[in-house]
Amino acid sequence: MSEEDLVIDVRGLNKHFGDKHVVRDLALQVRRGEIFGFLGPNGSGKTTSIRMLCGLLTPDSGAGQCLGLDVLQDSSAIKRQVGYMTQRFSLWEDLTIRENLDFVGRMFGMADRRQAVDNTLRELGLLERQQQLAGTLSGGWKQRLALASCLLHRPRLLLLDEPTAGVDPKARRDFWEEIHRLSAAGITVLVSTHYMDEAERCHRLAYIADGELLASGTASEVVAAQQLFTWRITGPLLQGLAERLGQLPGVELVASFGTALHVSGQDSTLLQHSLSQALAGSELAMQQLEPSLEDAFIHLMHYRRRQPGATP
Amino acid sequence: MTRFSWQRWLGIMIKEFTQLRRDRLTFGMIVGIPVVQLMLFGFAINSDPKHMPTAVVMAEPGPFARDYLAAMQNSGYFDIAGSVDERQAERLLDMGEVQFVVTFPPGFQRDLLRGPPPVLLVQADATDPMALGGAISVLNHLGREVFAADLPGRSVPATPAVELRIQKRYNPEGITAYNVVPGLLGVILTMTMVLMTGLAMTRERERGTFENLLATPATAFEVMTGKIVPYILIGLLQVTLILLAARWVFGVPMLGSLVLLYGVVLLFICANLVLGITFSSLARNQLQAMQMTFFFFLPSMLLSGFMFPFRGMPAWAQDVGSLLPLTHFLILVRGILLKGNAITLLWPHVWPIVLFMLAVLAVGVKTFRKTLD
Ligand SMILES: Nc1ncnc2c1ncn2[C@@H]1O[C@H](COP(=O)(O)OP(=O)(O)OP(=O)(O)O)[C@@H](O)[C@H]1O
Ligand SMILES: [Mg+2]
Repeated sequence: MSEEDLVIDVRGLNKHFGDKHVVRDLALQVRRGEIFGFLGPNGSGKTTSIRMLCGLLTPDSGAGQCLGLDVLQDSSAIKRQVGYMTQRFSLWEDLTIRENLDFVGRMFGMADRRQAVDNTLRELGLLERQQQLAGTLSGGWKQRLALASCLLHRPRLLLLDEPTAGVDPKARRDFWEEIHRLSAAGITVLVSTHYMDEAERCHRLAYIADGELLASGTASEVVAAQQLFTWRITGPLLQGLAERLGQLPGVELVASFGTALHVSGQDSTLLQHSLSQALAGSELAMQQLEPSLEDAFIHLMHYRRRQPGATP
Repeated sequence: MTRFSWQRWLGIMIKEFTQLRRDRLTFGMIVGIPVVQLMLFGFAINSDPKHMPTAVVMAEPGPFARDYLAAMQNSGYFDIAGSVDERQAERLLDMGEVQFVVTFPPGFQRDLLRGPPPVLLVQADATDPMALGGAISVLNHLGREVFAADLPGRSVPATPAVELRIQKRYNPEGITAYNVVPGLLGVILTMTMVLMTGLAMTRERERGTFENLLATPATAFEVMTGKIVPYILIGLLQVTLILLAARWVFGVPMLGSLVLLYGVVLLFICANLVLGITFSSLARNQLQAMQMTFFFFLPSMLLSGFMFPFRGMPAWAQDVGSLLPLTHFLILVRGILLKGNAITLLWPHVWPIVLFMLAVLAVGVKTFRKTLD
C-alpha cells in the first residue's frame, strides 16, 4: 500500500492529563475511502485520540500525518478538510438549524454558502425544520444536524465521535446508510462507537483500552487474533448456571443471552473438557460456534485487566 | 498562520447578534442597568436638601449675629440648632449630627461697624458634596444683603460686609452634581461591557460549543474582535440613553463637541470590551469571569476619582488609578461636557486608554486557547 492511500497515519501519539497517561503510543493507519471503527470501553481515550487527530488537543509526543499534513504543525490546514462531529452536541442551541449551518459555512469561508446550505438541508431532510431552534430538537434530529454541519464544507475526512449514541434503530440505520454512501463517494470516515452491530458495519476496526491500542484489522481478523473458542449452551434452567460455569478451569468468559449462554476460552481442549463434565447428565446441549466480535472485545477487556502493571 | 478573513469575522458577528437578540435577559439588562442607575443617581443630582442642622459658635452674642442667623434660618437651607462651644461643635460635625458649624469671631459686631470685614467661618460636612451646593450659594448671598439696611455707610455691592470663609471638611474637592453624569457613563460602561463580553467566551466553553468553534479555521483574533462588535453598538446605545436623560431630565450642560465625546466614548468602550473578552478567555467558567469582572470593577469605582476625589488619594492609589481607563475617561468626559475642552487638551488622557487596550488585547490573543488542553 502506498503512502498516498493512507489518510491518517500516526505513530507514537501520547497524551497526559496531569499525571494521568490517557493515550499511550497510539499508532493508527486509516486508508482512503474506508470506514474505520474506533472502539474501546468508557474512558479508554477515544475522544482524546480523535481530538489530537484534528488539532483540538496537542499530543505530548508522537508524529504523523493526516490528509498528507503534519498533525503537529498544520492543524489549521487539517481543520479545513476535516468534518468533526463531537461526542456531545456542540452546535448553538439558541440558533436555528439554518443559522447554525450558515455560521459554519462562513467559518469555513465557503463562497457558495447559500447553495451549499440549501443542498445539505435537502439531502439530510432538514428543510422543513430549518427555522427551528437547535435546542428544541430531539436527539435524533440533533444528530442529523450535527452531521449536516460537519458535511457542509465537503470535508475529505470525517471524524465522528459516537455519532449514534441515544438514537433510535431506524435513525441509526439511516445514518449508517448515509455513512456508506459518503464512503462510496471517496470520503474517509473514522467513527467511534460502543455498538457491536455498528462495528461490524466498518471496513476495519481498532480497539483501544486504557489508551493502548490492543487490536486492529477487519472484524474477522480482530476476532481471529484473540484465538478464542466459544461454545453455545442451550436448554432449560440456565439461571445460576453462568456463575457456576465461570469457575471452571479453561473458562474465561460467560455471556448470558435470553435462551443461551456463550462460554469462551483460549484453551480449546481444557474448555471442552470442563464443559462436557459440567453438563453431563443434564438436559443442556452444547455446540461450538464462531466467537463474535463482542466475545473478542470482552475478552480483550479482561485480558487487559489481567496484564501486570496495567493501570485500570 | 491563517490570514484574517472578513467572511469569518462577519460570521462571528452575525452569530453574536442573533444570539443576543434571543437572550431576553441580557437584552433587558442592557437597557435596564442605565435606566435604573440613572434613576438612583438622578435623584441624587436633583437633590437640593434643605433644613440642614447647623450649630453656632458665638463668642459675643449681638443683634447683628442674630440678624444673620435669622436670615440663614429664613433661607430654608439651615436649621439653627443652637449655640455650642468650639469643642462641642467639632464633635457634632465629626459625628454627623450637624451639617454646618457657623463661627462668629470675637469682636464680630465691632469689626462689622468699624474695622476690616470680620471673618465668618463656616465649616461644612462635605462627605456628601452634593448636599452643599444650594446652601453655600445662599450663604454667599447673605453676606452681601443682610446688613445692607443696618450699615448705610458701606456700599453694598462693592465689598461684602462680612468675609465668608467656607471650610469644606472631609471631601475637599467637593464633586459637583454635574460630575455624576460623566462618572455614571464610565461606571455603567465598565460594568456592562466588561461583564457581558466576560461571559461571551466562557459561555461557549460551558455549553460545549467552544469545541465546535475550535474545530473551524477561525483564528483567535477573528473570534475575539468579532464577538466585540455587537457590544460596541450596545455601549453606544447605553451612552445615548444616559446623555439624553442627562440633558433633558437633569439639565447637565454640554459645552464641548458631541462628536469628540462619542469618539472618546467609543475608545473607552473598546478598551472595556477587550478587557472583558480577555477575562473571558482566561476564565474557566462563567463564575470566574464574573469574579474577575468585579475584581476589576471595584478599584475602578474606588480609585478612578468616581467615588473619592482623585487628588485627595495617597500617591500609590493615584498611581494605580492612573492605570485604569475609567480615571482618564472621567477626566476626558468632564473636560468635554463641562469645560468644552478640545482634543488638543485631551490627548494626554487618550493615549493611556489606547495603551491599556493594546496591552490587554495582546494578553488576550496570546492566552486565547486554540486547543482544549
Ligand atoms: N480535559 C481533560 N482533563 C483531564 N482529564 C481528561 C480530559 N479529557 C479526558 N480526560 C480523561 O481522559 C480519559 C480518556 O477520556 P476520553 O474522553 O478520551 O475517553 P473515551 O474513550 O472517549 O470515553 P467515552 O467512551 O466514555 O466517551 C478519561 O479518564 C478522562 O477522564
Ligand atoms: Mg468519548
